Amino acid sequence: MAEKTEIDDVTGVETTGHEWDGIKELNNPLPRWWLWTFYVCVIWSVLYWIVYPAWPTMTGYTKGIWGYSQRQAVKADLAAGKAAQAKFLTAIEASELDDIRGNPELMRFALAGGRTAFADNCAPCHGRGAEGTRGYPNLNDDDWLWGGSLSAIYETIRYGIRTTHDDTRLSDMPKFGADEILEPGQIKDAANFVLSLSGRPGDAASIARGKAVYADHCSTCHGEDGSGIAALGAPNLKDALWLFGSRQEDVETSIRTGRGGVMPHWDGRLDDTLIKQLTLFVHSLGGGQ
Amino acid sequence: MNHDVFEKNSINLLVGILIVVAIGGLVEIAPLYWLNSTIEKVKGMRPYTPLELAGRDIYIREGCYNCHSQMIRSLKDEVERYGHYSLAAESMYDHPFQWGSKRTGPDLARVGGKYSDSWHVEHMKNPRAVVPESIMPGYPFLSAKLDYSSIQGHLKTNRTVGVPYTDEMIASAEADLEIQVNPDADGLEAFAKRYPKAQVRKFDQSSSDITELDALVAYLQMLGTLVDFTKFDATGPNLR
Repeated sequence: MAEKTEIDDVTGVETTGHEWDGIKELNNPLPRWWLWTFYVCVIWSVLYWIVYPAWPTMTGYTKGIWGYSQRQAVKADLAAGKAAQAKFLTAIEASELDDIRGNPELMRFALAGGRTAFADNCAPCHGRGAEGTRGYPNLNDDDWLWGGSLSAIYETIRYGIRTTHDDTRLSDMPKFGADEILEPGQIKDAANFVLSLSGRPGDAASIARGKAVYADHCSTCHGEDGSGIAALGAPNLKDALWLFGSRQEDVETSIRTGRGGVMPHWDGRLDDTLIKQLTLFVHSLGGGQ
Repeated sequence: MNHDVFEKNSINLLVGILIVVAIGGLVEIAPLYWLNSTIEKVKGMRPYTPLELAGRDIYIREGCYNCHSQMIRSLKDEVERYGHYSLAAESMYDHPFQWGSKRTGPDLARVGGKYSDSWHVEHMKNPRAVVPESIMPGYPFLSAKLDYSSIQGHLKTNRTVGVPYTDEMIASAEADLEIQVNPDADGLEAFAKRYPKAQVRKFDQSSSDITELDALVAYLQMLGTLVDFTKFDATGPNLR
């Protein structure tokens, strides 16, 4: 910088004394609006430090006089949401599932809540329309592996099927082929018989042989007539609804290797009121008993 | 105008810059070495089992973090959808952490236990098979055999950066990895003691060798399940 100030002839403004190829830099002051914006920002930041958490210290941080905390804020938000629904939530919590179903106002709330929770948690397996897919039951029909009453659905959702929960629903279809309980021929016969239960035509001799195999090995769980036992999660074999496929080879595979889908337990992940709402929603889809 | 002292002497300028940067650094970095509340005290966090760690490596290798975050923010809609907001403690053994910053897919911080193993397996092989509207790519090649010959080194490396793997854990890393897919294995008890809450089963639903799917599904099924939230005190120093 120049020791002595120099005034530019043309503009009358002081120069910085820097010169490049004869061009001199004018030392204009900063624009007022810019300078004031800067000062306001400085003041703003000091105020921010005072009211909000800001500076780290050796053992913690400055909390700010407003005492804002994100975790407190989300807690309050959640509580406010619950409070807004409190009228319904407390009623649902205190009521039996059947009573909720009989109360149109509560039921409307439960179905709306259940639908939302279903989309979040159940749709990935059971499908957005609860239509299910191979291995994941359709919830719209009236075929229920573990029962389609309100209390049965509630138990299934809450404790799951074949989960790590202590109260899980549990059953185990034997691996008749893999564990060499039945010969491949017997499995074929049994599959033929099982398919004939829902009216599928087949080789009469094989069906007759399969009937004997069925009586010895399958009827304990699936029932004498093949209509299944919900308490054991043993499916109805007469209804032509097949979770793992209806082809001869699908049924043979089921007999050979056993089947046993897993449904997660929602106890602990969803609260009890929400499980009740889900129960009512699933029950309302068409097949509720 | 007395900028001269800095503008005309580069040493002065250098010292000035150093002082300013040092103040910023001290304020931002130094307290982290003394802060007691940076990582919450929680019950249940443990280092990942060798199988989970191998799964985590696959998660990173395949770039899952490009579309999936592992960070439930403390916002009402997130907490209602995914569960309790994520705690710093839950990623304290992650090197590097998998918080992510983009959610093309859902957050995975608490995906453990939400779906069945077979769902994960089908979904990895072909996402559209179970979720027709999914845009996730398929990963059918994950049914390949898992190469875990270097797993011991992975544990050691993690210990170098602060994960409390014990000598015992490192010595039995390979065996532990094999135990976790075999509920009939000897040494299950010792394994469960080393890694409480570890889930033991054949995760990929097949009777084949240990596959990459086994590792990945084991990792996913563990996510968000370790911390015992019934014992988490959300008040006091943890309220922030």
